[in-house]
Amino acid sequence: MTAVGPPRRRLADREGTLAWLFLMPSVVYILALVAVPFVLAVGFALSDVTAGDPSYDFVGFRNFDRVFDDPVFWRSLGNTFIFTGISMVLIVVLGKILANILIADFKGKWLVRFLVLLPWTTPVTLGAIAWLWMLDSIFSPIDWLLRQLGLLGAPGALFGAGSNMYWLGEPELAMGSVIAVHVWRLTPLSAVIVMAGLVAIPRDLDEAARVDGAGWWRRMFEVTIPMTLPVIAVAALFGAIFTFTDMAVVDVLTNGGPNNATQVLTSWAFFRGIDGGDVGQGAAVALFLFPLLLAAAIAILRAVRKMEVR
Amino acid sequence: MAVVEVRNLVKQFDGVRAVDGVDLATEEGEYLVLLGPSGCGKTTLLRSIAGLEQPTAGDVLIDGHVVTGLPPRARKVAMVFQSYALYPHKTVLGNIVFPLRAAGMTRADRELKAKWAADLLGIGHLLARKPRQLSGGERQRVALARALVREPHVFLLDEPLSNLDAKLRASARDELKRFQQEVSTTTIYVTHDQVEAMGLGDRIAVLSHGKVRQIGKPVDVYDDPADTFVATFIGSPPMNLVPRDEQLVGFRPEHLLPVDALPATVDREKVPLAVDRIEYLSGDRHVYGTVTGIGEATRVVARLPATVDSPISAGETYDFAVARHRLRFFVAATGERA
Repeated sequence: MTAVGPPRRRLADREGTLAWLFLMPSVVYILALVAVPFVLAVGFALSDVTAGDPSYDFVGFRNFDRVFDDPVFWRSLGNTFIFTGISMVLIVVLGKILANILIADFKGKWLVRFLVLLPWTTPVTLGAIAWLWMLDSIFSPIDWLLRQLGLLGAPGALFGAGSNMYWLGEPELAMGSVIAVHVWRLTPLSAVIVMAGLVAIPRDLDEAARVDGAGWWRRMFEVTIPMTLPVIAVAALFGAIFTFTDMAVVDVLTNGGPNNATQVLTSWAFFRGIDGGDVGQGAAVALFLFPLLLAAAIAILRAVRKMEVR
Repeated sequence: MAVVEVRNLVKQFDGVRAVDGVDLATEEGEYLVLLGPSGCGKTTLLRSIAGLEQPTAGDVLIDGHVVTGLPPRARKVAMVFQSYALYPHKTVLGNIVFPLRAAGMTRADRELKAKWAADLLGIGHLLARKPRQLSGGERQRVALARALVREPHVFLLDEPLSNLDAKLRASARDELKRFQQEVSTTTIYVTHDQVEAMGLGDRIAVLSHGKVRQIGKPVDVYDDPADTFVATFIGSPPMNLVPRDEQLVGFRPEHLLPVDALPATVDREKVPLAVDRIEYLSGDRHVYGTVTGIGEATRVVARLPATVDSPISAGETYDFAVARHRLRFFVAATGERA
């Protein structure tokens, strides 16, 4: 028997309390794994902490002065922008094209979708290791293919008479390789994001445009792309952030080489701060990611809001 | 102006025949309404004419030319969608000139043309707005203007009034009709609303299960339905059908009247009506009851206009009558006219 008492407010009715309860895990998460490390990074950047001498001494902006005097830092900063910029453009363009393939209706589309998404589901490091072999200085299958096609290894061939390209040994080729791997792994993500935007376009609009006499290109550039601009911006944002903050690809493929030609902010911060043991300098380099990421995020989110069409 | 003709058109979706052997031809400048319940194939038929669906069999002809395999843009048709399908990122002007840009018209000509169409539809002051800033009625007019500027041979309208509220719908219907008379372009209009169909159409084609059941002037479709489907689909309340031997005797509710309300000079079929319920609807009385004498005892409705004021109450039996020339006979087994 249950006693019937006067109606009472239960915990489930107290929305204010519940709100805090449900928010708690994410608040703890953000504080512990985002806010605290960020404050630590700022603190370290203004200190002389090293792996050998962890005692904290405030040194002001000395770490930054030294970083600014270091040509490798400037090279890394430039590379970060070059890699991010080129990758972002390629990721968005290829993602858009791939998305069109993904929404198309044809036999075996499930297999194609699965294959397309594979690079994104593979852990970055595993993918990069696979590419390390693909781009090997001696055993590269790409070189082999080029040789078979007569584009490499013969006198007067398009890519020269040498037997190998040395993808990761030549500065320009190494940069191109890093970009290619970024594009390879991030294009599927962008394709899925753009695809979500494409399927959300009412079918009427495309049909109206067809009846209105618009051909494929006009429909693409005047209806489909404007209508998906917000999601394309989101895809660009993701592509940029993932490229910007990634160090696994550079670390596995080139280790920053040859001669720091593919060094980026993340890898340089890691090499200085962790491998080199100069925590203060590493933190100072890493801090440069923050304002740039913040600016990029704000810029793209504002663009999204501006372009919201409905 | 053009004639649209459909010959033995079939459209099959996964084993279902959405359009099942339709033959249809409009006249020049005609306003033809395709009327039917949802799922009867009327929209599929319209989309096949537009070129948005490829028919499984049969042909579509516009102006005597077979256009069955041609894409929509080659057909010189304009379509107004149920959702209006305005481009949300373009202004009203951008929407209206879109088909003209696709046709390669110069900028000055385009704007002139757009102005003309917008003024004709009374939306000249809205050209700089985006569709989301417009009311339902205004959006509908933008969609019409976009269809109009191309000077199409044929207008195809797919339930363009169904997104408007009831009050607006009446005035929009009136405008649509006047607009079509002004431009006198052949128009095919799809609707499931019999009021729209009766009010707008020069002729009505009634569809059911992918087949045309009857095609004719509104008055013919209403007064002389070809079968029991048309008889009961059109009219509110629908035609009464009373079984008698192998036949069904049909009469419209407004023709079932108290005996004294019918002039004695008309040849009357007298029927006693046992009234069980009365509804008072905008001036008319709808009298529900069981009728005997004309055939098997059947529940029917009589619609008494406000001018008939004989006292009637539920639970009583009254002498009613139908003018004999108003009776229609159908074969009970097939539903066709006897």
